[in-house]
Amino acid sequence: MPIQQDIVAEIPRLRRFARALTGDAYRADDLVQDTLERALNKWMLWRPGNLRAWLLTIMHHVFISQTRSHKAVEYYPEEMLPELPARAAQDEGLALRDLDRALARLSLDQRQVLLLVTLEELSYEETARVLNIPVGTVMSRLYRARERLRALLASQDGNAHLRVVK
Amino acid sequence: MSGKPNATPSVGEREALLSRYVDDRLDVEERASFERWLHDNPEDLERVRNWQHHDRLLRQRYDALAHTAVPERLLKAAKRASRRSPVRYAVAAAWLLVGGVLGYLCALMVEHNAPDLPEITFWREAAYAHAVYVPEVRHPVEVGADQEAHLVAWLSKRLGTKLRAPHLAGFGYTMVGGRLLPGSDGSPVAQFMYQDGAGHRLTLYVRRDMAGTRETAFRFAQEGKISVFYWLDGPLSFALSGELDRALLLDIAQKTYQQLNP
Repeated sequence: MPIQQDIVAEIPRLRRFARALTGDAYRADDLVQDTLERALNKWMLWRPGNLRAWLLTIMHHVFISQTRSHKAVEYYPEEMLPELPARAAQDEGLALRDLDRALARLSLDQRQVLLLVTLEELSYEETARVLNIPVGTVMSRLYRARERLRALLASQDGNAHLRVVK
Repeated sequence: MSGKPNATPSVGEREALLSRYVDDRLDVEERASFERWLHDNPEDLERVRNWQHHDRLLRQRYDALAHTAVPERLLKAAKRASRRSPVRYAVAAAWLLVGGVLGYLCALMVEHNAPDLPEITFWREAAYAHAVYVPEVRHPVEVGADQEAHLVAWLSKRLGTKLRAPHLAGFGYTMVGGRLLPGSDGSPVAQFMYQDGAGHRLTLYVRRDMAGTRETAFRFAQEGKISVFYWLDGPLSFALSGELDRALLLDIAQKTYQQLNP
């Protein structure tokens, strides 16, 4: 079993991933908590290897089962999206919030792949294993996710109804 | 396309190259070649720059969270387990003891030597190997069933004893092929995979048991959803794993045993 400190050390990254995945800080921490509990119940299945990928796999299963029980992924309306303690420069703040909203508009499949590859820096093969899909599917979802994000952010640039956030 | 920098890649190739370029997963040569191609394809160059920018924003946006304090409830969730673990060890130990006693009694009844064997490791190993390779879509096996003779000869050679691959067509399962795996003690292990028309897969995990020739009855174990029947037969240990009904799996295990002992 991975020692407790190893798992504790992964918590910040798990929270980051869960936050980006769910679009909601409270739901993200619930997801992390359920993931930790499931992981600790399943430690018999742990085999030495990539602890992060293992935890992300468990999180994927927990998230899918939560999503099923909720019938659909619930997203808060845009104006309710909670703020993150972004450390970005002031002038980048706006772009970052646009990004948050654009990310929430990707399909779950696309969002998962994009976040595992860019945020978690998993290899395409590891991403495929975490999500239990072929590598080819990872590649096509990744392409579509990035293109959709690009289109969403492009339509927001200089858009009149862009909400100004102080 | 490394040899032909200006050749037009197929749609799938182009998509994969764009991603691999942005994710920095091209080798030096591929990268240089793709950069030449991008130079002639300004739309994709623009696309790549956009993607890179968005990836940077994404990391920036969420990295902040990785630096905030972890809520107490999450730390508690991790700590709860450490309190629970000793109990779990005790429960597991108790079950092992019960299993050991029952196993010993059973062994006495069938007049075998009490098989005080490392089987717990063996069947779990088999279940893990099953769990790892069964979901594989593109590379479930190393050598396909179309080269069955070669596969069996190869695995026999590596395990140092004559192997046979059972045919389970009577149950609707055809052989996919097999692979060589390292056992927990580092010795080579063979895995044969079978699949039915609905895509359900079985694996037969075969290890050479250095301890000598023994024979045991079928034993059943379960790891998550994976059921395993395992037995010893002469120098070999077998484990048949599948996510299916115990009675049916036992039928298949018996058939396997019969075929291997004509």
